[in-house]
Amino acid sequence: MTVLSIQNLNVTFSTEGGDLHALKDVSFEVPERRIVGIVGESGCGKSTLINAILGLLADNGRVSGGEMMFQGRDLSRLSPREMTALRGPQIATVFQDPMGALNPVISVGRQMTNIQYRSGLSKAEKAERAVAMLRRVRIPDPEAALARFPHQFSGGMKQRIAIAMALMMEPALLIADEPTTALDATLEVATIELLQELQAQIGCSVLFISHHLGVIAELCEDVVVMYAGEVVERGTTRQVFNSSRHPYTERLLDCDPARQSSRTRHLPTIPGEIPDLRARPPGCIFAPRCHRRAPVCDTPPPEETVQSGHVARCHMVTP
Amino acid sequence: MILSVRDLQVSFPVGRLMSRSAILGVAGVSFDIAAGETFALVGESGSGKTTLARAVNLLQPISAGEITFDGKRIDGLRGADTKPLRREMAMMFQDPVGSLSPRMQVRDIVTEPFRVHGVEADLRAEADRLLSLVGLSGDFANRFPHQLSGGQARRVGVARAIALNPKLIIADEPTAGLDVSVQGEVLNLLNELRERLGLAMLIITHNLHVVHHVADRMAVMYLGRFVETGETEAIFQAPAHPYTAALLSANPEPDPDKAKDRISLPAEVPSLLARPTGCEFHTRCPWAQARCRTEAPAAQGTDRRIACHFPLSPGARPPAFKETAP
Ligand SMILES: Nc1ncnc2c1ncn2[C@@H]1O[C@H](COP(=O)(O)OP(=O)(O)OP(=O)(O)O)[C@@H](O)[C@H]1O
Ligand SMILES: Nc1ncnc2c1ncn2[C@@H]1O[C@H](COP(=O)(O)OP(=O)(O)OP(=O)(O)O)[C@@H](O)[C@H]1O
Ligand SMILES: [Mg+2]
Ligand SMILES: [Mg+2]
Repeated sequence: MTVLSIQNLNVTFSTEGGDLHALKDVSFEVPERRIVGIVGESGCGKSTLINAILGLLADNGRVSGGEMMFQGRDLSRLSPREMTALRGPQIATVFQDPMGALNPVISVGRQMTNIQYRSGLSKAEKAERAVAMLRRVRIPDPEAALARFPHQFSGGMKQRIAIAMALMMEPALLIADEPTTALDATLEVATIELLQELQAQIGCSVLFISHHLGVIAELCEDVVVMYAGEVVERGTTRQVFNSSRHPYTERLLDCDPARQSSRTRHLPTIPGEIPDLRARPPGCIFAPRCHRRAPVCDTPPPEETVQSGHVARCHMVTP
Repeated sequence: MILSVRDLQVSFPVGRLMSRSAILGVAGVSFDIAAGETFALVGESGSGKTTLARAVNLLQPISAGEITFDGKRIDGLRGADTKPLRREMAMMFQDPVGSLSPRMQVRDIVTEPFRVHGVEADLRAEADRLLSLVGLSGDFANRFPHQLSGGQARRVGVARAIALNPKLIIADEPTAGLDVSVQGEVLNLLNELRERLGLAMLIITHNLHVVHHVADRMAVMYLGRFVETGETEAIFQAPAHPYTAALLSANPEPDPDKAKDRISLPAEVPSLLARPTGCEFHTRCPWAQARCRTEAPAAQGTDRRIACHFPLSPGARPPAFKETAP
């Protein structure tokens, strides 16, 4: 069973300088009980993708093509009320900035009881679940923490509280946009393990966005690589990390400081800039920055299958 | 030394009227940063890194200790007296877009330090100079923060920070949320400025791979104290404090098949309201012995300082974890 299936999704923002084609023909699936990672350049459209799924695109944005099926229902056909009922209990989210999920003037305990309003539990039971959840995400003194306000916790602690709140509702799909960026390495690893454990326990799927390639390699079973609003490569994590085929993926992996064998003050980068999404080049979107560019790259590249489950959108890929 | 910090403490009042008390966010730390040097601060979330950075930058009052910047004591400065200092010590905040005023254009953001400090300059020319220094073309000058990508917003933050040629930059998570290529661009830019202008840098980051490459020396924080300080390379080669060893072993590697040889720590992080007795790390230390529960270790050493009764030998593996009687 597929929990989330995205087919040829297109998203357009209208701007002063013309239409900005932020997502172009994006397709991938999140199977049941699987953790799928998304990586890509800053500004490649990861947050736009999530907002489209959640029905939360900015006013100047619209889905201009394709479909998004969640447990067999087409998300773009749901009414705003149906979408609201879905967000939270069924599709939960954790974002980079925990203050998006936390209300600064309400105590952590009240926020954690409030989100259980549908559970039918007693007040004491709700508080008990809140404490148990805070303990699982390693908040010291969980009982005392209930009475405290968000600003009384460090950045990392606030994020763990936000994760606790998202997981309390046992969603079918958890969408996490850079949730471990503010955490130290031991907590990051603990959060990965917690997500893995929880995913196995409640059998949910996870769509996980991160710029930390090490975290993706460790947590995710499948990876989707995006560049300038397009999916350029996808496959299992092993396929993509061990035998990447798209030049962008290769360059991205090469830039990771973790892959530099000796210590260097000058870190590798990908020369050039992301193209203007208001005037997409007719050919391959990565061609202007590509080290393997050939004349054929001025025409749109096909999606080539490398191996079962592993595809790359590049002229240079031969099966 | 461009910066010397001695026995710095920051306390926060907590609790309501009847149960008023205080916690130590920074519990006595000392370190030096030389001109042109990059010093990294790593450690547990909530260990006091941001609080320490804010205290050094006089954005947070201190409760004890001394801060000497460029030969002058600065910890007593208040209000308008801190203004000259802000020219020489610049802070890059963690949130790139949020730390830029939403209604100001990029041009005004990067030249704001000139206006704040009443420095006469051709602001238009300065904006162009600063933007080109950080690799942004002139047409970015008219944009507003929400029209920038995360990476571009970071570069604007760097441009503003270097506007008045500071001697020290304090960068709190300068590359969090950036892809590895843009992260490389920002770090390379800071490094170029270090080489060209002799800039010293205090960098706070959770990305240990970044620390390994860019920092000359580093300090590892736990519950508001430094548990280990020294040359970055030496610490990565052979961490001597058990917390450092656990932290470095947790570093996720971009290789799905890499064997994970981690030192895992018991989950419960102590509260600052009830600091453990003896060595404050003993409640989570796989190597803890009786002495660690009663006697606080003093930091030993000069270049390499370790606050541990039983520093690890290189490659030490934790003994099978035993439940200790309370
Ligand atoms: N409301 C909007 N109007 C116009 N353009 C927008 C809008 N929102 C996003 N964009 C543009 O769409 C593209 C994708 O942005 P998005 O925020 O989805 O990137 P991202 O992959 O999440 O980046 P990051 O890694 O920095 O978070 C960018 O070029 C951005 O400038
Ligand atoms: N205004 C405040 N009032 C009370 N306690 C505070 C305040 N600000 C910070 N603290 C506490 O001081 C400690 C240190 O917080 P700080 O933000 O410096 O940690 P950090 O090391 O920067 O963490 P992170 O890596 O998560 O950003 C934490 O326990 C935090 O809860
Ligand atoms: Mg984003
Ligand atoms: Mg911090």
